[in-house]
Amino acid sequence: MDRYFLIASAVCFLVAIAHTIIELRCGIFRPMRFNFVAVGLGFIFQTAFLYMRGHALGRCPITNLFEVIIFVAWSIALFYMVVGPAYRLSLMGAFTAPLVVMLQLMALLLPIDHTHRAKMPPNSWLEFHASISLVAYGAFALACIAGVMYLVQERQIKTHQIHSIFYHLPPLTDLFAAITRLLWWGFGLYTLGLASGFFVGEPLPWTQIVCAVAVWVLYGLILQGRYLHWFAPKRVAALCVVGFSAALTLLWGITFTVQTHTP
Amino acid sequence: MNLFCVGLSHHNADVETLERFGGNAEIDCLLRSSGCTEVLLLATCNRVEIYGVSESLVSTLDIARCLDRKIDQHISPEPAPFYRYEDAQCVRHLFRVACGLDSMVIGETEILGQAKKAYEAARSNGAAGRYLHRLFQRAFRVAKHVRTHTEITRGAVSVGSVAVDLAQKIFGNLRSCKVLVLGAGETSEKTARALVSRGVTDLRVSNRSAERADNLADSVAARAVPFQSWLDQCREIDILVASTSSEAPLLSRSELEPLLRGRIDRPLFIIDIAVPRNVDANVDALNGVYLYDIDSLQSIAEQSLAMRREQIAAAEEIIAQHVAEFDESMARGLKRAPQGSEHPSVGESSLRPSEL
Repeated sequence: MDRYFLIASAVCFLVAIAHTIIELRCGIFRPMRFNFVAVGLGFIFQTAFLYMRGHALGRCPITNLFEVIIFVAWSIALFYMVVGPAYRLSLMGAFTAPLVVMLQLMALLLPIDHTHRAKMPPNSWLEFHASISLVAYGAFALACIAGVMYLVQERQIKTHQIHSIFYHLPPLTDLFAAITRLLWWGFGLYTLGLASGFFVGEPLPWTQIVCAVAVWVLYGLILQGRYLHWFAPKRVAALCVVGFSAALTLLWGITFTVQTHTP
Repeated sequence: MNLFCVGLSHHNADVETLERFGGNAEIDCLLRSSGCTEVLLLATCNRVEIYGVSESLVSTLDIARCLDRKIDQHISPEPAPFYRYEDAQCVRHLFRVACGLDSMVIGETEILGQAKKAYEAARSNGAAGRYLHRLFQRAFRVAKHVRTHTEITRGAVSVGSVAVDLAQKIFGNLRSCKVLVLGAGETSEKTARALVSRGVTDLRVSNRSAERADNLADSVAARAVPFQSWLDQCREIDILVASTSSEAPLLSRSELEPLLRGRIDRPLFIIDIAVPRNVDANVDALNGVYLYDIDSLQSIAEQSLAMRREQIAAAEEIIAQHVAEFDESMARGLKRAPQGSEHPSVGESSLRPSEL
């Protein structure tokens, strides 16, 4: 039953994508209203799914890879709802929706929603650790999206090939400021999640620890590089894309390890 | 009741003709004495048009006589290519004018302000009645609708505005940008003024002739920089406008590269509007440097214009809908409404000052 909410949510995000494509092809684009409403509706359906699943489990619904992916997709939509309008990154919805749809379709189509018996008693520190780390993933995902927007805009200006999308993308400096803030938000939340892992009170698989620390080090280096002027803004934007791809892969590794190590 | 528009525009008249038939302050009085119940004169640098409402036909020749600035009104004006639109055609024409579809630069928005001013002038002296009031209010709504629902005003279409638009797409707000204008000619001055109008406050001017640099700096509230030290400014400026008459490039990649080392996270936008170019094309290969010469700016302006042209069909569709709705509403409303009920009084202007 709860999967219907996910399907409805995916449809909302798909409508946002279709609307963007049609409008950009026609050369007319009024991004804020429609995309924000469509992504907002999708977010409500996602929340409904997570609420129902959490209610059924009696704990935070991040107990298998399926739920983890949906939680990450929800975090991305959440950050878009908060960050998109605040930074006037009007076209961000058009870039956010495809990533969320991809994650949700992957979760819906792959046989990864294994029903599980209650193997471990609910542990509030573990749930806090996992959920806050996944919300940090939402910030990293949005930094990645802002990075893609930066690269698209930068390329247009550099190559003098100005397309219709140019007028809807924010200025380079605004995008870079948004990337930096999202990186800080993600890094802060991730650090909090990582630190809370020490209070779980149960031994965690070493591969999980290594993967989690690797993601933390990766984003720490990107931020360090940005503030010590090692990297130009374009490099930081590209690293946000590479970093999130790597983090997503490591997340799969962490979840897979947790599932295989759970007695 | 006849609604008509008689006029001249850049499509069919040269500047001299437009100047001659530019009308004068008494034009509406003259026209009302010749049988018009409502009159509005829209005179811009590219068009002179009379919008009128009359019970009986007022000939184009009579209107031409009134518009003619030559003193002797009894002599027939030399044949001028006046166009005339009646009723629905007149409504459609006004809507197209208000939307900028009939302008020399498609989609320009200045005409809407000019139309609002013309309406306000006619309303305040009592020349525009309820029919023209409805017509022009509708025209302003149509223009807003077209602007919102099409991309007809999108993109800059002149070299100067393309350069300033690009600067805004790189830096966002230009208020905190440091700009160096190299050269003190007319082009430099125009560009400097365009940048100041968009919020630039830190403007520097450098020129071989220190006196000319000082003069330009004084006129645009800038700071003059000795020509010997302009290159050092590249360490801290955000925008460089190069417009000198130098025959050889003034800036090469090897000169600029070392200056950029300390500013890796700050882009440098170079607008080279000099012919021959002042900046070596290889400079564009540097990371964080965006070099635009006159050709590339011109090319973007043309792209924008082409993009606007693609939007004409969509705009015409919206206009056609509004013309049909307007005709219908006028047919209904004029029968129902008592005389003068929709004529705004001088004290209750339908336009806010900000709309003018």
